[in-house]
Amino acid sequence: MAVIKKFLYVNRKAPHGSIFALESLEVVLIGAAFDQEVALAFIDDGVYQLMRNQDTSGIGTKNFSATYKALGDYDISKIYVEKESLDLRGLSKDNLMPLTWEDEDDDWAEKDSIQVVSSTELAEIIDNQDVIFNF
Amino acid sequence: MKFGIMVSAGPYTHQASDTAYHFTEAALKNGHEIVRVFFYHDGVNNGTSLGVPPQDDRNITTRWSALAEKYDLDMVLCVAAAQRRGLLDEDEAKRAGKDVSNMAAGFNISGLGQLIDAGIQADRLLVFGD
Repeated sequence: MAVIKKFLYVNRKAPHGSIFALESLEVVLIGAAFDQEVALAFIDDGVYQLMRNQDTSGIGTKNFSATYKALGDYDISKIYVEKESLDLRGLSKDNLMPLTWEDEDDDWAEKDSIQVVSSTELAEIIDNQDVIFNF
Repeated sequence: MKFGIMVSAGPYTHQASDTAYHFTEAALKNGHEIVRVFFYHDGVNNGTSLGVPPQDDRNITTRWSALAEKYDLDMVLCVAAAQRRGLLDEDEAKRAGKDVSNMAAGFNISGLGQLIDAGIQADRLLVFGD
């Protein structure tokens, strides 16, 4: 298929407590097979989805957080995290899992996938998309 | 215009799937094309044939089925979301060793690729529900 659109997956909810984060990730992974331009955004409680050292043993639900680390293998290299959402929750990038991708055009150098952006920058990014999923 | 529809809310609890239905019907009546209606999250519950709402209320599922028949509408339930929530067509029921299937007429089970495909094909992808 020749059409290439820009897909943005906006994740706004905490990773646990509802199924939205998990089912968002399922769409992202399937969608990666379609050769479209893909980006992910994490805002509001969605920033918690990328927290390091998640442990769901206390609530008996599936801990799927390791899956985010596989995103780079699916050629997903644009992961935006809203700065204001981190600030409001007393978090910084150091609290998030390191997510990387390998740049084919730069001798497979390992690069950081996560970009912390302001809400203004994120608004521009959102404005530039063709298809937006909000989870 | 070509619209893709994603329904992510179940029936009755919220108005979202009603609104999705009304939008879809109005779009078709006005000559627009609906690429696909894709049911995800609790939205898959729109496709159960086992719902028995009171007679003086709308039947959301049969209403979708009738719309699909009238306009040859492509209505797809996400297989993973459906299996989790107990929405099975005959094949899936057999495979899972269940003695009943509950897929209403006009609904089909398929993968999330159908959602992405709708996003690619449609001029606008509209999401109803959280």
